[in-house]
Amino acid sequence: MLQEEITGHPEISPPKSTTQLPSAPTHPDIDAIQRMEDESELGWPPQLAVPVAALVALAIHLRFSKRAPVVETHSYTLFVYEIVAVSLVLAIAQRFWTPLRSWMRHMCPIFTAAVLAIGLWDVVTFGFQLLPLPYFPGPAAVLRSLISDRVLLLDSTWHSLALLLSGYTVGVLVGLISGICIGWSTPVRYWGMPMLKVVGPIPATAWIPLAMVVSPSAIVSAAGLIALAVWFPVTMLTASGISNTPASYLDVARTLGAGRAYLIFRVAIPAAVPNIFIGLFMGLGASFLTLVVADSVGVRSGLGWYVSWAQGWAEYGEVYAALIIMAAFFSTIMTLLFRVRDRVLVWQKGVIKW
Amino acid sequence: MVALAETEASSLGIREIRKSFPAPDDPLTRRPVLDGISFSLAAGELVSLIGPSGCGKSTLLRLIAGLDSPDSGELLIGADPITRPGAERGLVFQDPNLFPWLTVRRNIQAGLVARGVLREKHEEVDEFMGLVGLEVFANAYPHHLSGGMAQRAALARALINHPKVLLLDEPLGALDAFTRMRMQDEVLRLWQARRTTMLLVTHDIDEAIYMSDRIMIMSPRPGRIERTICIALDRPRQRSSEDFLRLRGDILNFLHFAGKA
Repeated sequence: MLQEEITGHPEISPPKSTTQLPSAPTHPDIDAIQRMEDESELGWPPQLAVPVAALVALAIHLRFSKRAPVVETHSYTLFVYEIVAVSLVLAIAQRFWTPLRSWMRHMCPIFTAAVLAIGLWDVVTFGFQLLPLPYFPGPAAVLRSLISDRVLLLDSTWHSLALLLSGYTVGVLVGLISGICIGWSTPVRYWGMPMLKVVGPIPATAWIPLAMVVSPSAIVSAAGLIALAVWFPVTMLTASGISNTPASYLDVARTLGAGRAYLIFRVAIPAAVPNIFIGLFMGLGASFLTLVVADSVGVRSGLGWYVSWAQGWAEYGEVYAALIIMAAFFSTIMTLLFRVRDRVLVWQKGVIKW
Repeated sequence: MVALAETEASSLGIREIRKSFPAPDDPLTRRPVLDGISFSLAAGELVSLIGPSGCGKSTLLRLIAGLDSPDSGELLIGADPITRPGAERGLVFQDPNLFPWLTVRRNIQAGLVARGVLREKHEEVDEFMGLVGLEVFANAYPHHLSGGMAQRAALARALINHPKVLLLDEPLGALDAFTRMRMQDEVLRLWQARRTTMLLVTHDIDEAIYMSDRIMIMSPRPGRIERTICIALDRPRQRSSEDFLRLRGDILNFLHFAGKA
């Protein structure tokens, strides 16, 4: 009898199969169009954009490389040949493999632009030497530094990673705890908030003179500075997220028999998580900055130290090599944090445009 | 004998409740919102509270829920005074207020988790999801639900604690007319299935007549219960029967909304 009544409601007539569960809120029409686009074969121009761009870059390089010693240019020449080869292989493979095709459709313009930009850089620096040396080496010189100094670069990256992770972890943990306390408890907010507002905005790097005196070693002081840089945004955003928990959620939880632990850990904190992630991203940006500065001040290792060391020797090829490593390193960490956010905030999907 | 004891326990007693709030324009004076409210609910009764906005209906529900405390007067659930929120008084708002970070299933079992009894009572989760017909949406997040479905989930979440009294604060007020009528039947079905005592705050006179055993009409500023009407119509009720329409006319007359003759 009950069952009859339930299924009798047109509003809740159950979906015919589980695949129709409303877990994918995208619009069906848009979905269909997207799929059609993804599955149709790529025409020749987009498929060949990257190889053609790579050939252009190669031609530029071969045109100018005759006047330089082979040692200085052959790894770059090889590198461009590799781009040509890989992009040709991908252009052929995408005809047989659909996921690759939609990925290539998405990435083609960017890769093309990137390869052409390297070619342009080659023309401006190595080709016509329009920019003063040694400050603006060509791509070939940078690639050569990257390869020849790889051991030291790898070692520096490893040190930076260790420093960054230890500082960031400590900063996030302390920031979460202080943010939750300030956001939840009125007395803690009364005493904590003014301190946070006065001390927090000081850039962490401004504490370097003090940190070098106070801490037992340069590594500890660098990690502490990174933690401090992360702590402020994480605390601020966590506290505001917690104290802005909608009162109605707390009221509902109380009428369900919730105690204080439930209200804090299962209502206020989940409600604050979107805010907390903003704090985590801001803290990550601040930690990169602090890492590079702290590296070059006290610590005798790490990417920041490497950059200033290479600059001291006027080895600008190595400076750019380190910048490239940093770009890859930092953006990878940023991407990982985005992945974590996507996983944790899956309940927001379809509510908020990311 | 046992049945009698249970009956005693689930009735709600309200005696001479007064509540005032600081006036928004002058924080030094307090405006009375509720001015000596008294009534009681028998076990298993479904009573509606109607009245214009600002007459303190929602304030009264918050007092009964224990979310606020009265200036004076006595609130009793069975023989026990109400001092703070508790699982024996469920509350459903106009906005379903489902926790957006929990799936429908986890929302419905929130009360069991909050009281630390999920392990003993986990099979009840399925029972209550079935009761409101949301089994297929168990793993969906609240923003995927329609207004009616979300409100059904909110009802199940409140009922899973087996409250002695379920307080409903305009629970269907945000729904469209058709969904609202369907949900009225749904609430009645839950009421008949569980015999939970219900106190329903509503703006909708038809809804009050259609659903309740008794209607209490409140007057605004300060809120008082002006009149109590017993609805003796047989269930299920006909929304367009003569008796129904006559009652409706009486209430509209009483509230001075009948229109000029």
